Amino acid sequence: MLEINRVKKVFLKGTVNERTALDNVSLTLKEGEFVAVIGGNGSGKSTLLNCISGVHFPDSGSIKLDGEDISFLPEYKRSKFIGRVFQDPLKGTAFDMSIEENLAIAWYKGRSRNLKPGLTRKDIEVFREKLARLDLGLENRMKDKAGLLSGGQRQALTLLMAIMVRPKLLLLDEHTAALDPSTAKKVLQLTRSFVKEEKIATLMVTHNMKDALEMCSRIVMMHEGRIVLDASGEEKENLTVDKLIEKFEERSGQTLDNDRMLLA
Amino acid sequence: MGVFEQLATFIERIPGLLLDSGELGIIYAIMALGVFISFRTLNTPDLTVDGSFALGAAFSAVLAVNGHPVFGLIIAFLAGSAAGCITSLINVRMGINPLLASILVMLGLYSVNLRVMGKQPNIPINKPAETIYSLFKADSLAEYGELVLSIIILSAILISLYLFLKTRFGFVLRATGDNENMVRASGVNTDITKLIGLALANGLTALSGGMIAQFQRFSDVQMGTGMVVIGLSSVIIGEVVFGTRPLFRRLIAVVLGSVLYRFIISIAYEVGLEASDLKLVSAVIVGIALSAPKIGGGLAKLKSRFSTGEKAGEQDA
Ligand SMILES: Nc1ncnc2c1ncn2[C@@H]1O[C@H](COP(=O)(O)OP(=O)(O)OP(=O)(O)O)[C@@H](O)[C@H]1O
Ligand SMILES: [Mg+2]
Repeated sequence: MLEINRVKKVFLKGTVNERTALDNVSLTLKEGEFVAVIGGNGSGKSTLLNCISGVHFPDSGSIKLDGEDISFLPEYKRSKFIGRVFQDPLKGTAFDMSIEENLAIAWYKGRSRNLKPGLTRKDIEVFREKLARLDLGLENRMKDKAGLLSGGQRQALTLLMAIMVRPKLLLLDEHTAALDPSTAKKVLQLTRSFVKEEKIATLMVTHNMKDALEMCSRIVMMHEGRIVLDASGEEKENLTVDKLIEKFEERSGQTLDNDRMLLA
Repeated sequence: MGVFEQLATFIERIPGLLLDSGELGIIYAIMALGVFISFRTLNTPDLTVDGSFALGAAFSAVLAVNGHPVFGLIIAFLAGSAAGCITSLINVRMGINPLLASILVMLGLYSVNLRVMGKQPNIPINKPAETIYSLFKADSLAEYGELVLSIIILSAILISLYLFLKTRFGFVLRATGDNENMVRASGVNTDITKLIGLALANGLTALSGGMIAQFQRFSDVQMGTGMVVIGLSSVIIGEVVFGTRPLFRRLIAVVLGSVLYRFIISIAYEVGLEASDLKLVSAVIVGIALSAPKIGGGLAKLKSRFSTGEKAGEQDA
C-alpha cells in the first residue's frame, strides 16, 4: 500500500554542512503492517517520516500510497489519509482550545471546513465514548483546555485524533520518548490496541528495541540514511535485543555507543 | 480655584467623559476585535492595521461626501479585507516574514490612502452631507443617538464573530494561531486560514476607521497611526481586567477594554495632558498592561516573602 522508491533527501545542498539524510531509501509496506523503525541519532528516521507526510519533498525518488504518487502532494492534502503523532507532546494539540474542540478539528478531517457548527451535541457524545477508551478520565474533562493536560494525556489525545478518522497510514515519531516510563508504557499499549483493532499500516520510530520487538511485525534499521536491516516473519521472530545490537554493529561497522538505543 | 472645587468639577464631568469614551470606545472596539483576531487568534503581529484603518476612513469619507455613507462603510470593510489578503499573500507566497509583510503593506497603503482621498491629506464631511449617524438621528434618543447606533452595529459584529468562531472553519482558524502543525495534520491548508483571518481582521479595522470618520465628520490620512498599539492595549486591558474564558466573555472583554482605554485617555486629557502627549500615554498603558502578569507575579512573590519574613520574625521573638 505504501511504496517508497529510491527516495533521496539532501539537506543544505552545496554548503559545507551538506547532509545526506536519506540515501536512496526503498521500502514497501503491506496493508495492516506494524513496522518499527530503529537507528541511531541522525540516521534519517524522522526525515523518512517527514518525506512520507509531506513536511519535506524528496530530492529524487517517489512515494506512492495505494498506487497514487504523493511525492509532491502538499502536506495538508496528505494529512487527509495519513495520521501522525509527533515526539513533542505540544505539537499535536491546540493548547488554548478545549479537549472537545481539539477532537472536533480532527473529527472533520477530510470534510468541508464550512460554516456549520464546529461541534455538535452528537459529536460530543461520540467523543465521550472514544475518550473513555483511553481510560485516562478525559471524558469528564472535555471542556478543559488541552494546554492543561500532562504530556502523556496529550500524546494519548493526539493518538486518538490521529486515528479517529481512520487513516490509511499512521506515522509515529518517537511519540513516547518525552514521557516518563510508566506513562510511555500506557501510551504504547493504547497504540498497540488501536493499531491492532483498526488494522492501520503503521510506521513507528522508536529508540526502544524491546518495544519494537514486542509490538511490531517487522523491524527496519536505519544507518546514515540507508536501511541496513529489514526483518519480518520468521527472521524477526528470532531476533532479540542482543542480536539486533550485534547486527547493527556488523552492518554499520560501528559499535553501538548510543545509550538511548540501549534503553531496552 | 481650590483643589476641592477642581475635584468637584471633575466629578461633575465624569458622566460626560463616560459618554464620550463610550461613544469612541465602542467604535474603536470593532478595530480592537480585528486586532484580537490577528494578534491573538492567529498569533500574527499584523501592523497592516495602521494602514487599513485610515484606508477605511478614506473610502468612508469620500463616499459619504458623495452621498453614500452606508455604501462607504461596506466599501471600507471590503478594502480593508483586501489589504489583509495582500499582507497574507506577501507573507505566504513571497516568503517574507509576517511582521515585515505587514509593515510593507502599511507603508504602501499610505500612498493608496492619499490617492483615495484625491491627494488631500484630510477630508471634512461637511453638512448637509449625510453620515450614518445623521441618518439614524431620532429625537427620542437625544444625545445618545450615536452611541445607540454604534452599539447596534457592534453587537451585530460581536454576535456574528462569535458564531463564526464556533463554526468548523472558525475552529481551524483559532487552532492556526495555537498550533499550525496540528491544523495541517488535520488536513487543513493553513495558508487559507491565515488569509481569511487577516482579511477579516483588517476588514473590521477598516470598518471601524470608516465609522470614526463619519462620527467625527472628518478623515485624515494620519488617523491610523498608532492604531495597532491602541487595539492591542484594548485587547490586553480587556484580558487583564475582564478575563479570557469562555470565548464570548473574551470578545466582550475586548470591547470593554476598548471603552476603558478611551476612559483612561480622557482622564489623561482631563488632568491636563495634551493631544501631543497621548502617544506617550498609550505607550505607557500598553507597557503596564503587557507587564501586568509579571508585575502581578512579582507582587505575589513580595507578599509571600513578606509574610514568611513575618513568620520568621515571630519565631525569632
Ligand atoms: N531541516 C533540516 N535541515 C538540515 N538538516 C537536517 C534537517 N532535518 C534533518 N537534518 C539532518 O539530517 C540528518 C537526519 O536527521 P533525522 O532527524 O532524520 O535523524 P533521526 O534518525 O530522526 O535522529 P533522532 O534519533 O535524533 O531523531 C541529520 O544529520 C540531521 O542533522
Ligand atoms: Mg528523529
